[in-house]
Amino acid sequence: MLFWNFFVGSVRIVLKGSRAYFAWLAFLLALIAIGITGYAEQLHSGLIKTNMRDQVSWAFYIGNFTFLVGVAAAAVVLVIPAYVYHWKPIKEIVILGELLAVSSIVMCLLFVAVDMGRPDRFWHMLPLVGKWNAPSSLLAWDALVLNLYFLLNFTIVTHLLYRAHTGRHYSKSFATPLILLSIPAAVSIHTVTAFLYNGLAARPYWNSAILAPRFLASAFCSGPAIMLVLLQVVRKATKIAIKDEAIWKIAELMAYAMFINLFLFGAEIFREYYSNTQHLLFTRYAFSGLGEHRTLVPYTWLALFLSVGSFLLFLVPKTRKNWITLNLGAGMIYAGCYIEKGVALVIPGFTPSVLGDIYEYFPSRVELMVSVGVYGIGFLLYTLMVKVAVRIITGDFLAKGATMPEVHEAHATPAEVA
Amino acid sequence: MRTPLPLSAALLLAGAACTPEQGAPPLPGQAPEAVAAAAGADKPAGRPGAEEFPVPPPPFTEGVFPCSQCHEDLEPNLERRELGMHEDKQPLRHGDRERWCFDCHNPKPRDMLRLASGTLVPFSESYRLCGQCHGDKYRDWKVGVHGKRTGSWNGKKQYLLCANCHDPHAPHFKALQPLEPPPRPAEIHD
Amino acid sequence: MNPKDQREPGMAGSQLPEASSRRDFLARAAAAVAGAVLANCSPEEREAYLQKHFRELTKDELARVLSRLDADYTKRFGKPFRVGAEPALANTLFGYALDLSRCIGCRRCVYACVKENNQSREPKVHWITVLEMKKETGVDVMDSDAYYRAEQVPREGHFYMPVACQQCRNPACVRVCPAGATWSEPDGIVTVDYNWCIGCRCCMSACPYGARHFNWTEPKLPSEEANPETHYLGNRPRPRGVVEKCTFCVQRTRKGLYPACVEVCPVGARKFGNLLDPASEVRYVIENKRVFILKEELNTQPKFFYFYGV
Repeated sequence: MLFWNFFVGSVRIVLKGSRAYFAWLAFLLALIAIGITGYAEQLHSGLIKTNMRDQVSWAFYIGNFTFLVGVAAAAVVLVIPAYVYHWKPIKEIVILGELLAVSSIVMCLLFVAVDMGRPDRFWHMLPLVGKWNAPSSLLAWDALVLNLYFLLNFTIVTHLLYRAHTGRHYSKSFATPLILLSIPAAVSIHTVTAFLYNGLAARPYWNSAILAPRFLASAFCSGPAIMLVLLQVVRKATKIAIKDEAIWKIAELMAYAMFINLFLFGAEIFREYYSNTQHLLFTRYAFSGLGEHRTLVPYTWLALFLSVGSFLLFLVPKTRKNWITLNLGAGMIYAGCYIEKGVALVIPGFTPSVLGDIYEYFPSRVELMVSVGVYGIGFLLYTLMVKVAVRIITGDFLAKGATMPEVHEAHATPAEVA
Repeated sequence: MRTPLPLSAALLLAGAACTPEQGAPPLPGQAPEAVAAAAGADKPAGRPGAEEFPVPPPPFTEGVFPCSQCHEDLEPNLERRELGMHEDKQPLRHGDRERWCFDCHNPKPRDMLRLASGTLVPFSESYRLCGQCHGDKYRDWKVGVHGKRTGSWNGKKQYLLCANCHDPHAPHFKALQPLEPPPRPAEIHD
Repeated sequence: MNPKDQREPGMAGSQLPEASSRRDFLARAAAAVAGAVLANCSPEEREAYLQKHFRELTKDELARVLSRLDADYTKRFGKPFRVGAEPALANTLFGYALDLSRCIGCRRCVYACVKENNQSREPKVHWITVLEMKKETGVDVMDSDAYYRAEQVPREGHFYMPVACQQCRNPACVRVCPAGATWSEPDGIVTVDYNWCIGCRCCMSACPYGARHFNWTEPKLPSEEANPETHYLGNRPRPRGVVEKCTFCVQRTRKGLYPACVEVCPVGARKFGNLLDPASEVRYVIENKRVFILKEELNTQPKFFYFYGV
């Protein structure tokens, strides 16, 4: 009975809202409609509707997948200060980060699904019913860890919210280990995804040990950008009080992550240009083009500019604490990492091809349509979950007869957690 | 196992009066008949022991064989000159500074070819003639590494005569027109 | 102060009713969809969809699969099709040698392969890529051209290097496949189970030789051009959304025949045989010529050797 009421109550919450809220929902539904139309075309004719071909066999879909794994992993940027360092200002809002992780993983799984040539055969990858080719296949591992991370976050979030909804504290003995586990789990999902790339000896552009740390660094600086924006929206639109320091601390951590990202990037650039082997061809394609093949060049430089610019904005306390430059920085860092991870990582890995063929890839109409649809689904999921979560956090969505637990005293002291 | 180089050189010296094949160590995988033949390769062609490879018939120009149908009654003229007949075989574009027709063709009987030693070989064993100068090709050809290969990798293999691919009078290959290149990825649409 | 847990009967401390009601709903919906889809399929379609991995089929199951495929292809192409599943011959490890001093870049091998192996004609799929390279720079795949056109080949100052699956002994593609759809057979041929491949294209990213090709759409193969003598792991017509590549003409070589490319080469540049047979051409080449392999630093250990006959 209680769960049914919860379900019905949640539905009621998401069906009510301001004009801005409904405009946002309508926008997302439009994106989803576009996505479904695009995918229908793709299902009908095949992946030939994308611009991927033998020479560039992974592109926009997998690039987006890679970026979103990073966003999902970035939930730890909130979890670490909240639960490891017990930093109160963040603790109440960690849940919003975890909901982002859940939505991101859903988008990741969707991007993989739309990229598969035979999605109807997905069960071939499962253990027991199919053939789960571990330990050798990194994609087999990735499928496992992504689903585990999803379950982990979903479990944590559901537990925390449902307990609050029914007027109870979360069970420390149950939730805290899971929350702490989500930190190495987040690192693992993005490391495994990086290994998917850097284990390939055939692709010198990716075949570098530094790829895994780079992935993590760029994930931790880009994922929380959404949080920065969301937290400002949440505290404006709801009763939840979010301290300025919480937001500024997140931005500060992102600055440090971006520094590491830029440093590792610089280390790669040094290696490529100084050693000046034939492997430099791929980096050259990205940064200066090869002959008349220059499609990617403006995007690569734009990503670099956005990354460096946002780093400076977040590093300098004055610009970090100014709401205009903070939000500008958030947008810049997200866009910069999106281009870097999504496009400037995948495409140059294939260009030139292993036999020296240069095919200049650019996403097709269908790929763009399907991708916006996936983002639409992810953001819709996130919007609806946040709407319900916010109401629970503020105590406005309580089960019958429940009273809101005293949140502040419930914060674990170090002694209790240990 | 092949005998090492110095030993085979010694064998060659030991068999100084022999043709190139005699005394050369048998090649790995060489059929026993071929080994025996290598030992007695100075026997005239057609005799038992001569190397035999399953080859198609020689690619004669229409009506030109047997040579004896015309040359039986003609007196051979061994002087090097431009011939009145066989214009399609002239000028000889095959080492013509070093040789002309009768360095390979036998004056009498005309239906045979002649090795440097004087041994006569039929046209169906012309590879023995080519192999005199082109020893490395001959060696490779005998094991199937030179030339087009059809048949069965674990069974009977089809050999071709040198002349089936190389015109002995103008052996240089004519260039071919290549078939269509693959489609460029940008050209592939649904 | 510890608020008392307000429990309802049957609610354990770590129960997640919201999750379970969501899970229930999703599970029921998924089951309904799956049930509806499967119920609308014929028994043959159901059986085809649920087919196990090739290597896990029992003899009877394999026989059923092959006869189903025979019937399907025969119907589709209007001529009697045969799908075999000849296993590897004993004591056989296939190897290939290609004489770079002979290849003239005529591409007859490319099209003989297309005909023999039932490759898609629209869009065109070629398992062999012939690279034109410059004599002055030598073998350098990064400085090669697969799209050369010429009135005549060989072109002055150039030489030609065909590349297809190298049938590596340490294949990266096999390592990365998440569903185990590609593997190395005992005779050394790296094969794909076209009915198991999920089309993720990890193998294509992993292959350093560009040997793997994807069916981006439904392959088009006119009936009059279809070769009806096929092998399950080789040249049977592929469905869309799966990867394919050279299989050393498994449908021919396991019957003792040479691959189509070897037989068609007009200059005899291609040599094929059993590496375990000391009398084979390919062993002779390795032992007497100077062979090299492509990208040896990647330790893929190809069984495809290039050499210079002259």
